[in-house]
Amino acid sequence: MSDFPASWQFRSPRTRLALWFGWLCLVALFVWCWQVMNENTIWMFVQDAPRQAADIGGRMWPPRWSYLGELMVPLWDTLNMATLGTLLGVILAVPVAFMAARNTSPFPLLLRPAALFVIVASRSINSLIWALLLVAILGPGLLAGIIAIGLRSIGFIGKLLYEAIEETDIRQVEAITATGASQAQILHYAIVPQILPAFWGITVFRWDINIRESAILGLVGAGGLGLKLQSSLNTLAWPQVTMILLVILATVILSEWVSAKVRGALI
Amino acid sequence: MTYPTTWRRPPQIFTHRGWRIGLQLAALAYLVFALGTLDVNWTRIAEGGERGLRFIWGFLSPDFSSRWRDISQGLIESLTMTLTSTVVGVAISIPIGIGAARNVAPAWIYAICRSIIAISRALQEIIVAIFFVAMFGFGPFAGFLTLSFATIGFISKLLAEDIEDIDEAQAEAIRATGASWGQLINYAIQPQVMPRLIGLSLYRLDINFRESAVIGIVGAGGIGATLNTAIDRYEYDSAGAILLIIIALVMVAEYSSSYLRKFLQ
Repeated sequence: MSDFPASWQFRSPRTRLALWFGWLCLVALFVWCWQVMNENTIWMFVQDAPRQAADIGGRMWPPRWSYLGELMVPLWDTLNMATLGTLLGVILAVPVAFMAARNTSPFPLLLRPAALFVIVASRSINSLIWALLLVAILGPGLLAGIIAIGLRSIGFIGKLLYEAIEETDIRQVEAITATGASQAQILHYAIVPQILPAFWGITVFRWDINIRESAILGLVGAGGLGLKLQSSLNTLAWPQVTMILLVILATVILSEWVSAKVRGALI
Repeated sequence: MTYPTTWRRPPQIFTHRGWRIGLQLAALAYLVFALGTLDVNWTRIAEGGERGLRFIWGFLSPDFSSRWRDISQGLIESLTMTLTSTVVGVAISIPIGIGAARNVAPAWIYAICRSIIAISRALQEIIVAIFFVAMFGFGPFAGFLTLSFATIGFISKLLAEDIEDIDEAQAEAIRATGASWGQLINYAIQPQVMPRLIGLSLYRLDINFRESAVIGIVGAGGIGATLNTAIDRYEYDSAGAILLIIIALVMVAEYSSSYLRKFLQ
């Protein structure tokens, strides 16, 4: 009568087989990729790495504190680059977000896919690549960095903002529509107040990320702390590298704290 | 009871008018000052305009063939680097993530694991890549290490938070059977966090591919190195081709990973 199994099994034999096969495929793929990737690796360098690390570590210590004074202007440039870049990103991203959101897109058939493409394209290209291109076009300097940060921010702000717009409460829109409001008035009184907290939260969050990114954009010539990092690396001035890294770390921690505080106050 | 007859804006973050105006003035002053420090070389930009047009033209008529050897080499490096670093990074992240969850790890292990996560998250990929290139030489091996290192901070942190959020009732039921710590992890926690861990790993695979396109700029192998060379040589048609490949792959990765995540959950 009772044909219960003698012992409890977590999964059915079939699923277990499929799972094992899946894991086997993953391991095989990993081994193959490892082989292809390491075709040209010189293992002598890898064995040597602990010694190299100790060597670099020895050269990096102590940090050159007197260099701190020289870093103040690049630090200010880095902060400006992040802030102005975020501003540019916001200005460009807001219309894109309204075009991408299903409920506010003025011409959904054509504009929505176009806006979504802008968002994906902006997100898939790192700000360092944007900077690389813009330095080649505009010449080295802060302007290239600002535009790179701005273009990269469109995707992030646009994506989060359009999701926030799609999540707005429809009843408020209906209430405003019932008063006979025009399209612009609906936007202004029904949608904007609902997404404003999300908007400020997203902006501050992106500003925090942009501080991190702008600190290294100088590596490809876009000004700020990265430029100093590049020149110190090129001249093998390791104590200066340590100093720059400390300044970057301090800035990043500070900006994270500021952004957490502001977001805490908003939400 | 009297209702107001005209609508007034509800109060904003700063209720005091003086603060609000002061803040707006300060923001304006900063903007003017910051834009002032920006010294723009208009003649250089005018020169660059022509180059910009050439770039847009290169982007619209990408040249896949003349540098195909370099592009395919970079692409293979990027893709293999992405997969191996995600697998290794996730494998290392699992014990660290378990150790960083307050409800299953003792306090001293918790402290160690949390500090590993903090270090990994504080250091930018590019900076880590510079050091690994200095230590291990140029090439994808340094990139693989960089991406694995970055993966640890990301996956461990989210996994630890996930373990801390589990349904305690199931853990208690397993504990009541007299299970050991290992059995607790395997039967009470693993089934609850596994779907999300797989989802996170796929998401990280996507991020690692994007990053692998960048760290080549500092010499850590991958498609970024090819792109850097193409731009340095002003070969905008090849650069356009590489960028199109990156965008296409990122889109494929994004859609397939979101599809897979839906399928698994």
